[in-house]
Amino acid sequence: MPEPETTGSRVTPPRLPQWLSRAMEPLPLAPLQPVLALMLARIGRAHPDLYDRLGEHAEKRFGLDPTDLPFSFVLEPRPGRPLVRAVRVLPGGLDASIRGPLAGLIGMAEGTLDGDALFFSRVLWVEGDVAASLALRNAIDDARIDFGKVLLGGLGPVGARLAEVARARMRTLPGVGGQPWN
Amino acid sequence: MELICPAGTPASLEAAVEAGADAVYCGFRDETNARNFPGLNFSREELRKSIAFAHRRGVKVLVAINTFARAGSFGLWQAAIDDAVAAGADALILADLATLDYAARHHPAQRLHVSVQAGAANPDAIRFYVESFGARRVVLPRVLNVAEIASIVRESACETEVFVFGGLCVMEEGRCSLSSYATGKSPNMNGVCSPASHVAYAEREGQIVSTLGGFTINSFGKDESAGYPTLCKGRFVTPKSSGYIFEEPVSLDAAVMLPALRDAGVTAFKIEGRQRGRAYIAEVVRSFRRILAEIDQGRSAPPAGLAAMAEGQASTVGAYRKSWR
Repeated sequence: MPEPETTGSRVTPPRLPQWLSRAMEPLPLAPLQPVLALMLARIGRAHPDLYDRLGEHAEKRFGLDPTDLPFSFVLEPRPGRPLVRAVRVLPGGLDASIRGPLAGLIGMAEGTLDGDALFFSRVLWVEGDVAASLALRNAIDDARIDFGKVLLGGLGPVGARLAEVARARMRTLPGVGGQPWN
Repeated sequence: MELICPAGTPASLEAAVEAGADAVYCGFRDETNARNFPGLNFSREELRKSIAFAHRRGVKVLVAINTFARAGSFGLWQAAIDDAVAAGADALILADLATLDYAARHHPAQRLHVSVQAGAANPDAIRFYVESFGARRVVLPRVLNVAEIASIVRESACETEVFVFGGLCVMEEGRCSLSSYATGKSPNMNGVCSPASHVAYAEREGQIVSTLGGFTINSFGKDESAGYPTLCKGRFVTPKSSGYIFEEPVSLDAAVMLPALRDAGVTAFKIEGRQRGRAYIAEVVRSFRRILAEIDQGRSAPPAGLAAMAEGQASTVGAYRKSWR
């Protein structure tokens, strides 16, 4: 059996500061729902190939649980009628759940962080249908989604600039991870 | 020295090209390739467009059709070969004698590489592939040390390619049935080792427990790095001991062995990881491109420094410097 010869640091994306998470706790989720719906609709229109990669898993219900946010998301990709909503607690009966810090989930979704490396580092965890989770990860990785631009796309070049600033800020947030690794 | 890089999606292929790959290998979205994972791989149209993209950048595309054809369904493998040739593949990576024979007969001008899945680990086996099918290159299994590789290169009339980074099979590929025992599916026949459809994770008493096909194969403590849910990286209790008996969760990183492998006469260095994301591919390919440039300038090969990307956050030079068998 080969013995490991080199060990290295874990992938540790920054976490949102606890004060920010606590500050968000009392906020109502209702205003978030139309924004999420708009983002998902834009992603579906801009990346129709995503559904080919998801295949049979497009009809499944995914829980996305940013562990440093006081709420989670339920995603149902369903071609033509996608659904996403913010929830305080993930409901039962989901096909698969993916847990990790927000920066890790966004980094993986945008292709700046590798999902397997996050998994090896214990930053990201999957429960339920692992095949569905993998299909979702691979489909999103191939789609090259820029979530900042999707969210702020309606603002044109100003929105793109805002997205870039927000992303830079996310990368340097103080937290358990310290410096970003790539 | 060529740098051969993985791609599981068109976006990954573009990332590999941008990061400095000399060639990219990929496969179709079916059981003809040994990375038949959910959401991964290329449709016929995606392959055609991706090859055109790579060729515009002067990069070659090698198409892996490297599972063993199932009796009664050979048409699937024939179609994959025909379609890859039609799409402009620079080489086909094949393992099954039947696929090699079909490709050699029907596409005599097509460059053929012998996949690592063929387990061609000695000069006689390689000679057979060269003489029978005109194979131009063989991908060597990850069970050989540098001296053995040098010996094979001296006695072989074709190019050799070796893995230098990524997932590490300690078994001789193409002949490992561990996954089959637990799930009924294997990389050799179905393109999946430890298929995700048979994997489950659960939290028990603070430990994350992974199961494959209903068998518990590992349990990770809170601060322990994790590995892939494969049987060869499972922890077992035996009458003599308990723990990892085949392999630790660890990846191959042979960056420091590149000069020795070059001196042994190896033609191409291969990075494993078609199942990985764009971030892995861009980072690893860029890193190895930089290391190869340093070696070309006569400097020593530094470690790749990619342990954060590695399974278990640990790496090894594996069999290349082995004292075991």
